[in-house]
Amino acid sequence: MSTTDTTDTSGAAEAERTADAAAGAQLSTAPTEDRGDTPIGGPVLGVVGWIRWFWRQLTSMRVALILLFMLSLGAVPGSLIPQTSADELKVQAFKQAHETLTPLYEKLQFFDVYSSVWFSAIYILLFVSLIGCIVPRSWQFVGQLRSRPPGAPRRLDRLPAYATWRTEAEPEQVREAALTVLKGRRFRAHTAGDAIAAEKGYLREAGNLLFHVALIVILVAFAWGQLFKAEGGKLIVEGDGFSNTLTQYDDFKSGSQFGTEELEPFTFTLDSFDGTYEKSGPQRGTPRTFEAKVRYSEAGGAEKNAVIKVNEPLKVGGSKVYLIAHGYAPVVTVKDGRGKTVFHGAVPLLPIDNNITSTGAIKVMDGYRDKNGKKEQLGFQAFFVPTFAGAGAGTMFSQFPALDFPVMALTGYRGSLGVDSGLPQNVYQLDKSKLIQFTDKSGNKLADRLLPGETMTLPDGAGSITFEKDIKEWASFQISQQPGNGLALAGAIAAIAGLTGSLFIQRRRVWVRAVRGEDGVTVVEMAGLGRSESAKLPEELGDLAGTLTADAPPAAPAPEADPEDGDVPEPAEEPAEDPAPSGEADK
Amino acid sequence: MILAATTNESLAKMSDLLIYSSMAVYTLAFFAHIAEWVLGSRSKVGRTAAALTQQASAAATAVTVQVKQAAGSTAVLDKPKVVTRSAAGTRDVPDGPGASGGTVKGDLYGRIAVSLTVLAFAIEAAGVVSRALAVQRAPWGNMYEFSTTFSTVAVGSYLGFLLAKKNVRWIGLPLVTTVLLDLGLATTWLKTPSDQLVPALDSYWLWIHVSTAIFCGAVFYLAAVATVLYLFRDSYESKLASGGTPSAFARSVLERLPSAASLDKFSYRVNAAVFPLWTFTIIAGAIWAGDAWGRYWGWDAKEVWSFITWVGYAAYLHARATAGWKGRKAAYIALIAFGCFLFNYYGVNIFVTSKHSYAGVE
Ligand code: HEM
Repeated sequence: MSTTDTTDTSGAAEAERTADAAAGAQLSTAPTEDRGDTPIGGPVLGVVGWIRWFWRQLTSMRVALILLFMLSLGAVPGSLIPQTSADELKVQAFKQAHETLTPLYEKLQFFDVYSSVWFSAIYILLFVSLIGCIVPRSWQFVGQLRSRPPGAPRRLDRLPAYATWRTEAEPEQVREAALTVLKGRRFRAHTAGDAIAAEKGYLREAGNLLFHVALIVILVAFAWGQLFKAEGGKLIVEGDGFSNTLTQYDDFKSGSQFGTEELEPFTFTLDSFDGTYEKSGPQRGTPRTFEAKVRYSEAGGAEKNAVIKVNEPLKVGGSKVYLIAHGYAPVVTVKDGRGKTVFHGAVPLLPIDNNITSTGAIKVMDGYRDKNGKKEQLGFQAFFVPTFAGAGAGTMFSQFPALDFPVMALTGYRGSLGVDSGLPQNVYQLDKSKLIQFTDKSGNKLADRLLPGETMTLPDGAGSITFEKDIKEWASFQISQQPGNGLALAGAIAAIAGLTGSLFIQRRRVWVRAVRGEDGVTVVEMAGLGRSESAKLPEELGDLAGTLTADAPPAAPAPEADPEDGDVPEPAEEPAEDPAPSGEADK
Repeated sequence: MILAATTNESLAKMSDLLIYSSMAVYTLAFFAHIAEWVLGSRSKVGRTAAALTQQASAAATAVTVQVKQAAGSTAVLDKPKVVTRSAAGTRDVPDGPGASGGTVKGDLYGRIAVSLTVLAFAIEAAGVVSRALAVQRAPWGNMYEFSTTFSTVAVGSYLGFLLAKKNVRWIGLPLVTTVLLDLGLATTWLKTPSDQLVPALDSYWLWIHVSTAIFCGAVFYLAAVATVLYLFRDSYESKLASGGTPSAFARSVLERLPSAASLDKFSYRVNAAVFPLWTFTIIAGAIWAGDAWGRYWGWDAKEVWSFITWVGYAAYLHARATAGWKGRKAAYIALIAFGCFLFNYYGVNIFVTSKHSYAGVE
């Protein structure tokens, strides 16, 4: 053993050089590293030669490593720069704030890192490399499984773990015993010449291959999901229903390969939404349960009941219905100047804080006439609190998320809501550009705070608006259809299983040689070789030796130390306890 | 109602008190470790140097295996010994004697330090549990809770290794030092009053995903400490091997550490053992995200950095199987990967807005 060699040869490689080259070969299916394999300066390569060279590079461990680096490096900017896919508004804000950077970032696709050309190029190359690596490795592994462990190298004492003793038992007897013991320990073992060759731990390689294949499966599932996914949002007030067609969605996004006819045909009705909240203590106001009780039916099927919770979506066929948000929808009745009801219904309001202080707009689009019979539109701005602090408390904000003391403040407008202009309008906001606010007799702006059941009368006989006692809740849902989830999960489970096998199992070889020595006494030699050094290997070898000496008890040592030469390492003076502080890796 | 509130608050107060007490005891353990290092001496015979010069003749380490004899056997003449040799390219150097340097006095202080660490660990663990009881949920809702649990688990794992009779006492001083730092940060900057969880966090996946994440981080940390020490020890050994004279500090402190090969092996085994669990953590997080947000992977900042950390450790494992990348280069990759883990925790929580922001610090 040389003093300070810094070459990358492993124990296995040394054994190869000095003894039988086959002994350590194929202990794994890792590609051999042919560095120095550069075509530059070498013989002129044809196109095929170049392609082959390129392929060899791409599928080498070194390039895989570099690609892994680049993948992690490439993922960084997407976590620091706002991404269109996650938050479009933030991207807009960023673009406004950084005028010089924006063009550069846009060119580099930094707002869409994970679908950018360069990021895709990295992972596609990595996966091509991966496939180019797995296929030959799998064949090699199948070959290894079908062939037998290689025979013993000539010099067993050169291997990382070695034991020898002399015994009165016959060599054949020793070999037979060794074969039985090794097979009993689930080694693949056979007799090769004067020695038994055995190998164990093939699951390591199988696990490693499974892991890498599983990575491909996950990627395919992910890509599949992106292409064929569809998701949309829908806000539903208690008592209302939804049927899964494009027109019913408030907003809808889908992958490029998704056809809207693929929307799963189902309908559901929100029967009730219940939220309960911690009533006291430091956690007052914390949501305890959110439950949406629904009735749903698949195309033509019977109606079923279900409860949707925050972390428990409803699964209908391949679609999932997630509970995303909730709020209140006070029911109001608007009467016109002639006392005719022109609007009656629940108006969903948007929460603005954790205690569900909510705002929104009530729009009376048509049917309204003032006391003179003139057609007009009405708009109300609503400010709603489920638990009012009380008059004079100095705050209009809600004190608690449940309906303990509901109050709604309203201001009224008349004129044109601007809904006919053709521009899409936010249903929760009033466009006041063509509206005139109602004023009371003294000219103050009309604003009133109503309790459930109370009515605000509009001035000059313009009608009235009633805050009904029945306050409804709404829930918003995300309905998503993402094929490939099951496949991704299967891939993930396989990846973990494979990884566990790959990292916790040692693949190792054991040889037992028994020959008759010059003095007629049998010499038994045992050696072990693992793919990497492990404290377990000598332990296992010692254990095997212990078992074998029961069949082949040690005899007196030969007069001279070792007939071969003096190169057998001498045991050190101090018996080392545990040669390495071992972690759990080789449990 | 009021009663329940007061028990909660007093429990929360008690938890704070316990955490502060554990810091006091960790400080004592810190001083005991310092005493161990100061009073212990390096072995008189610079054994690393001796081993390195001896090596030309023979490989050093050998393991004697006691072989059971069949009852009544008279053949007790020769028990087979298993002789081991290291792979070529690794120096055959025995482990250092540890901080105490084999001296009785140093060892005594080392034992005191470990006992104090056990005590501090028990107090800290009680602090974490009472916090959990006070908030009536898993105590992992903000960075303060995360940090206290994190150091508890790191110390617990270290004690677990000690209990399993692994040679890890050399981690004691750096570990206790950083635990004090972590708790110092937690109780000042990251201190958050016990408060509520947003509903999306309220899931049994919290228990699964976050507990494994904390465990992975804590154990990755132990491996990272070993990796850093490996880098120092390795340059010490190569200096010795090339005939140089290392500094007095190196001869005293580094000499007492385990050999570079042992440190490297320790960190590899720990990293390799935790890697599948880290993979599981990310997958569990994805499943949870799928349930809570309707998509299992959305390239949110936290997800991105978990992924980067994962790829980093995969690169490390690869590097160890790639010619030209073993040893120091692989060690640097492992440290970068752990750096990514840390950034995911501190950096993403504090500087990046993310769906996962739960820092609780304003
Ligand atoms: C998505 C990218 C990849 C990831 C995340 C990954 C991850 C891993 C992990 C965690 C191991 C276990 C290391 C060990 O056994 O100590 C491993 C081993 C291995 N990987 Fe990859 N890998 C990837 C791509 C590749 C590619 C492209 C190749 C082909 C060149 C490759 C070839 C290998 C080989 C040969 C081993 C076995 C090494 C050994 O036996 O120690 N991997 N990989």
